[in-house]
Amino acid sequence: MNGNFFQFSRLFSALFFFFLTCNLKAEQVSENTTIFLKTVRFLSLTDYSVQIVLLGVIFMGFGCGLMGGFVVTRKLSLFGDTLSHAVLPGVAVGFLWSQSKNSISILVGAMIAGFLGVFLISLIKKTTKVRLDSALGLVLSGFYAIGICLLTRIQKMEFGNQSGIDRYLFGQITGLSSTDVWGMGISCLLIVLITILLYKEMLLTGFDPGFARSVGLPVDLLQYLLWMLLAFSVITSLQVVGVILVSALLIIPAATASIITQKMKGLLLWSATLGVSAGIFGTYLSFLGNQLPTGPLIVLTSTLFFILILLFHTENGILFKWLHSRGREQKISVENTLKAVYQELEKVSFSNDTITISDLAKRRRINMPEAHKEAKNLVRKHFAFLLKKENITLPNEDTLSLTPDGWGEACRIVRNHRLWELYLTNEVQYAPDHVHEDAEKIEHILGDVTVRKIERILSNPRMDPHGKLIPSQQDIEKGYIDKKLVRVL
Amino acid sequence: MNDFFPTFNFIDTFWAPWESVQDFSWNGKIVAMGFLVSLACGLIGAFIVVRKLALMGDAISHGILPGLALAFIITQSKDLMPMFVGACIAGLLCSFCIEWLQKVSPLKADAALGLTFTSFFALGVLLITQMGNHAHIDSECLLYGEIGFTPLAETINWGSFELGPRPLVTMALVTIGIILTIVVFYRQLIVTSFDETLSISLGLPIKVIHYGLMLLLAITIVAAFESVGVILVIAMLIFPSTTASFFFSRMPSILFCVPALSLVYSLGGFFMARWLDCSIAASMVVIAMVCFAIAWLIGPVDGVIPKILQRKAFAYRVPS
Repeated sequence: MNGNFFQFSRLFSALFFFFLTCNLKAEQVSENTTIFLKTVRFLSLTDYSVQIVLLGVIFMGFGCGLMGGFVVTRKLSLFGDTLSHAVLPGVAVGFLWSQSKNSISILVGAMIAGFLGVFLISLIKKTTKVRLDSALGLVLSGFYAIGICLLTRIQKMEFGNQSGIDRYLFGQITGLSSTDVWGMGISCLLIVLITILLYKEMLLTGFDPGFARSVGLPVDLLQYLLWMLLAFSVITSLQVVGVILVSALLIIPAATASIITQKMKGLLLWSATLGVSAGIFGTYLSFLGNQLPTGPLIVLTSTLFFILILLFHTENGILFKWLHSRGREQKISVENTLKAVYQELEKVSFSNDTITISDLAKRRRINMPEAHKEAKNLVRKHFAFLLKKENITLPNEDTLSLTPDGWGEACRIVRNHRLWELYLTNEVQYAPDHVHEDAEKIEHILGDVTVRKIERILSNPRMDPHGKLIPSQQDIEKGYIDKKLVRVL
Repeated sequence: MNDFFPTFNFIDTFWAPWESVQDFSWNGKIVAMGFLVSLACGLIGAFIVVRKLALMGDAISHGILPGLALAFIITQSKDLMPMFVGACIAGLLCSFCIEWLQKVSPLKADAALGLTFTSFFALGVLLITQMGNHAHIDSECLLYGEIGFTPLAETINWGSFELGPRPLVTMALVTIGIILTIVVFYRQLIVTSFDETLSISLGLPIKVIHYGLMLLLAITIVAAFESVGVILVIAMLIFPSTTASFFFSRMPSILFCVPALSLVYSLGGFFMARWLDCSIAASMVVIAMVCFAIAWLIGPVDGVIPKILQRKAFAYRVPS
């Protein structure tokens, strides 16, 4: 996994530089030295603002990443979104209360409003048939509207200079003070502590609440604890990235991690790591430009990570899966062609050793161009060779002849098919006319060990339930079928 | 704190807006706009909610932002048509991405939705900040909206007949379109919303209907957002039909309930905003919330009080 990560990070950096050059064109700074100087300035951490912002972003990424891991696996991804909207009336009331940008009263107000929102959602869920997504939407838009009403009202009052509140809506990283960073640090620490202390309990209540309740865990209490932590991380991050993008910080790193691993511990660690690295890279990018907003850049970096992992992850990535399934499809198609050739030869009791393409097309129930393509696939794999019609006399078209390799492969696949049919009829008591479909699928998957086992169970049979020869291992090795035996059967 | 609630003056709040002809036409346009938005969104929302896509409105309304920004950057103008097309494309792309992610990755519906629309929104915000000072779309306006500016927009004339301000006319056309669509495709919409298996066996094109609905949703959102803001759109997609479902359980009754509720929302919101001097769109949502709370308490279908009464009556009949 570490090797993967390094590969990815190399890829990321290449893409970043591409991204950078694009941005710089827009900024009309053409000298590379400026990027270099800015990078040095960023990495040496000499600027106080850089220190503060980086520290805040690291705390935020870590906390949100961890919380996101819990939230996404519980299918509650949009809770973060709802919570971040629902705190708005609390922010407004907190502002109204202290009549200043005092962050303590705003924080308390936000907490209370967030809790009220979450409580309302669970109340709606409990007492009505309204679905969870509708309930989330109701609370989200309703609370947000109350908040807007309050804010527009405050605007009309004499002390209503709401420049301090605006940053809760859209986020403003430059206004980050050391107190804010302290707040983020504390909430991050709290999240880490509770995750470590209550890991098992959280895991159990998340994946199997019924069982958790039966072993005596306070499921509801743990649920509220999770929401409280969620509210902490949402509210402290709000000032950096704003209402909408805070849910991105919760969801995207965790979603990326869920592609990488299925284990909860790994997921949480990956999610936190991705959150932190997206935060650092995003901040770096916005530092390079002149007026690049940090919040959206952090989110977009996070999305970039997600897309790269989604496409190129070596196990669960789309590209890998696609290649894998394409390879398998090709193998199955080749095996089906070989089987068809075998069956055609069997029809004439192996008196002939070539078949025409039109016979293949008829047997496979495909048209001529497709049959030609399948024949070519066999030739490419050295399973057969094609005799052009110009070079032979009798059938006035191209014919296909199997090589020893192809012959062995064809026998193997037919053997798998017929052995399985026999196994189903004899051992599993299937009716003989019901076994073909099943065997069609299993013939491509059966491995040598399984075949040996079936042979032993059926004591090396020679005939399948439909009275046809099961080509034996010897036939396969010798590269021919005992024609006399076929005639006898 | 005391001056937060201004003194309530009945005449000033309820009568003054309609006194003179000018006032009447000015305020009437505002109320009509609110009514049309909540009618259009409520009708389409009834189907969206039963399809468990309630938050799709949230997603699409944020997802259109990069489309708007790109349309502006490409055309360098604030023409309506490119913006409209850009926003619709971005909205559809957003809903397509959500579906696609669910198919190709282990992500669940909620995570796919949240991931997609926040990414789109971040891209939109980035593009808008890069457009510099000549940006006319500002993300603040997108979120709040200002319905009060509706009468200020240029009026559209049809021949010599004055139709009204542009947002109002657009919204009216969209509303008519939605009503027509629902009337024409009612059966198909109902079947695909409630019973996917049946609709497949009937040979209905489920994908086409789904994306058609998403396109309709995107068009509604684009038409509505510039005057009322995203938040009213999201709210009006969910509130009317959910509120109505406490009184009726059949779809036609719920759909017929939507206009009445829309009227209550728009008038109530207007008066509330006039009294408190705050955002009209947000007030409409607050009124919708109040209506929802009332329905939640007394609604005969699923309300709290009728359920308690029923339980009491039952306990009386069946002594323990």
